[in-house]
Amino acid sequence: MTSPVIRSEALGKEYQIGATLPGYRSLRESIVDTMKAPFRGRTDGRERRSSQRKTIWALRDVNFEVLQGEVVGLIGRNGAGKSTLLKILSRITEPTEGFAEIHGRVGSLLEVGMGFHGELTGRENIFLNGAIIGMKRAETLRNFAEIVAFAELEKFVDTPVKRYSTGMYLRLAFGVAAYLESEILLVDEVLAVGDVNFQKKCLGKIGDVARSGRTVFFVSHNMAAVQSLCTRAICLKPGGILADGSVSTAVNAYLSTMTDADLANRDLHALPRDDGFGEKFRFESAQFEGVENSQIPLWSPLRLRLQFQAPHALSEVSVGFSVYSMDREHLFSCEAADSDSTFDVKAGGKGTAIGVVPQANLAPARYVVDLWARSGNSVVDKLDSAVTFEISPFGVAPWSTDKRFRPESEWSYHL
Amino acid sequence: MSSITHPAQPTQSLIIRPSRGWTALQLKDVWQYRELLYFLIWSEVKVRYKQTLLGAAWAVLQPLTSMIVFTIFFSRIAGISSDGLPYPLFSYAGLLAWTFTSDAVSKASGSLVGSSGLLTKVYFPRLILPGASILSGLVDFGIAFLLLIVLMAYYGIWPTLAILCLPLFLLMAIGVSLGFGLWLSALNVKYRDVRYVVPFFIQLWLFVTPVIYPTARATAKLRELGIPTWVYGLNPMAGVVEGFRWSLLGSGQPGSLVLTSSIVTVVLLLGGAFYFRGMEKTFADVI
Repeated sequence: MTSPVIRSEALGKEYQIGATLPGYRSLRESIVDTMKAPFRGRTDGRERRSSQRKTIWALRDVNFEVLQGEVVGLIGRNGAGKSTLLKILSRITEPTEGFAEIHGRVGSLLEVGMGFHGELTGRENIFLNGAIIGMKRAETLRNFAEIVAFAELEKFVDTPVKRYSTGMYLRLAFGVAAYLESEILLVDEVLAVGDVNFQKKCLGKIGDVARSGRTVFFVSHNMAAVQSLCTRAICLKPGGILADGSVSTAVNAYLSTMTDADLANRDLHALPRDDGFGEKFRFESAQFEGVENSQIPLWSPLRLRLQFQAPHALSEVSVGFSVYSMDREHLFSCEAADSDSTFDVKAGGKGTAIGVVPQANLAPARYVVDLWARSGNSVVDKLDSAVTFEISPFGVAPWSTDKRFRPESEWSYHL
Repeated sequence: MSSITHPAQPTQSLIIRPSRGWTALQLKDVWQYRELLYFLIWSEVKVRYKQTLLGAAWAVLQPLTSMIVFTIFFSRIAGISSDGLPYPLFSYAGLLAWTFTSDAVSKASGSLVGSSGLLTKVYFPRLILPGASILSGLVDFGIAFLLLIVLMAYYGIWPTLAILCLPLFLLMAIGVSLGFGLWLSALNVKYRDVRYVVPFFIQLWLFVTPVIYPTARATAKLRELGIPTWVYGLNPMAGVVEGFRWSLLGSGQPGSLVLTSSIVTVVLLLGGAFYFRGMEKTFADVI
């Protein structure tokens, strides 16, 4: 039977931004505001109200249906609302408008880690999570051994999870989410962390889950993973759905969002960041130099010019970037610290950094670049898929379809 | 809320939509998640005495030391009367109800903020968190109760039939705890001032509750001022403590006092529950 197990209609979520965003208010503020209210002039009040109403729609007008047993990839740029959608579907937060219908037990793995209680042991947390998704103790017990084996935690199952390493924590979280008998599995970006072996293992398990007839909703930036796992993909854009259909349709739509406008020269100031990034240090723009006809000639050095501002004084700043293929395979990274050229910046300072890779030897194709900046060991700004560039295929024999690299070569002749 | 499509595989169906205004309490939802409630109660009990030297002995030590200090200072030095009962027994019976409730209120008020990891990662009826904090205190209560039995045997005081009402008064203590717990835990998500207010509030609350002194002494003074007895019951703990002493030791008489306290408890509980439900939808966004 294939009836929709998830159906969403005109789903939307509005967040308040501005003054009320940084978490909680103190009671004093609220009381003072209330006390002041009668004495506030009319215009003043109206101004305040409008500033209070500063909101953004993280998600809007999202309509889709997911059938039982489908493995749906959810893709889209940062800020398109992928995580918000999963949070709504897992009932952590309420939508502002529209509704969604879900038939079946929902297990979710949102961001890193799930609902673990640090003081409790791994064993106890497995039962805790079983209870959370509504399983009886006996039902959880049936899957217990498999979870422990998957997470490779046999020796540590009676250790409080607060003593676990990040890797152990993550393995347990994934094991719990994948093995507990939820009918619908929501997975958000688990593959962004963990080592390669673990990622492979997780992908394999998600495949198993899908084959067993359970429905999987899978958020990822890893296009290769989406293409290999999913039977269908939805590409979100701010304010709606960009594409919904076959994986290749959605992935192409996603890639087209990457190449639109002039992505080789991007204004980065207004791009949404994950929490905490961009506050002490913010990339303003990124531009590849030496671009001819919007392409960089083969074998010319990559020259990336980054403008930034630093609201806070920072020391030992290193800016860097990672280059990815369009299907999100990581090719290489480089940063200022590689050549010991970190710098200090004063509060309120602005500047430009130019990074040059003399010989990247990239094959003619389009590439996506993530940017980051760190001060010492703490990351201060990070932008995924911030800018793209294309290496010109000019002069290359059309039948030599290089994948990733086209090294510069030298030839000698004895004729 | 749930529909059974196939006997072997019960499927839960749910509709996610913005809730408007004061939504229904959804106690049914809590019932569905009872397994989680049991689990959280159990884990809270376990966690409480983990990495402690004395373990569950703390459950007895707290009221016991209070009783000793009260006996020395309020009975011996200040000469406060005790309804004709031995003062240690008199104060311990009151402390039993008081310790349970004050611990429950302070734990419940921090329960949501303390579990923000759970709150932002998984769904379950949020009511379960303060609920589990409060109910887990029953274990401590049970342990502390054993000492009361010893004390009663020592002083040769046997309970009357009134002891059958004890569960009702315990239920009332739970109601008071939950009433305050719901208000404070939900407020705490938005206003962290709560964590500074609660210890102070509990300290003051002890003085207006007849734990140290007999109710009769307070109500007599109030009558002199022309204030009827029931007014003292506006502090719901006055009714609870009085009820505990009456059902356990047969002292005093509950009456208008307990009636007022019961009404206050119900109002507090309903108000708290509705406030909590109204705020619940924003917890994960605000915390």
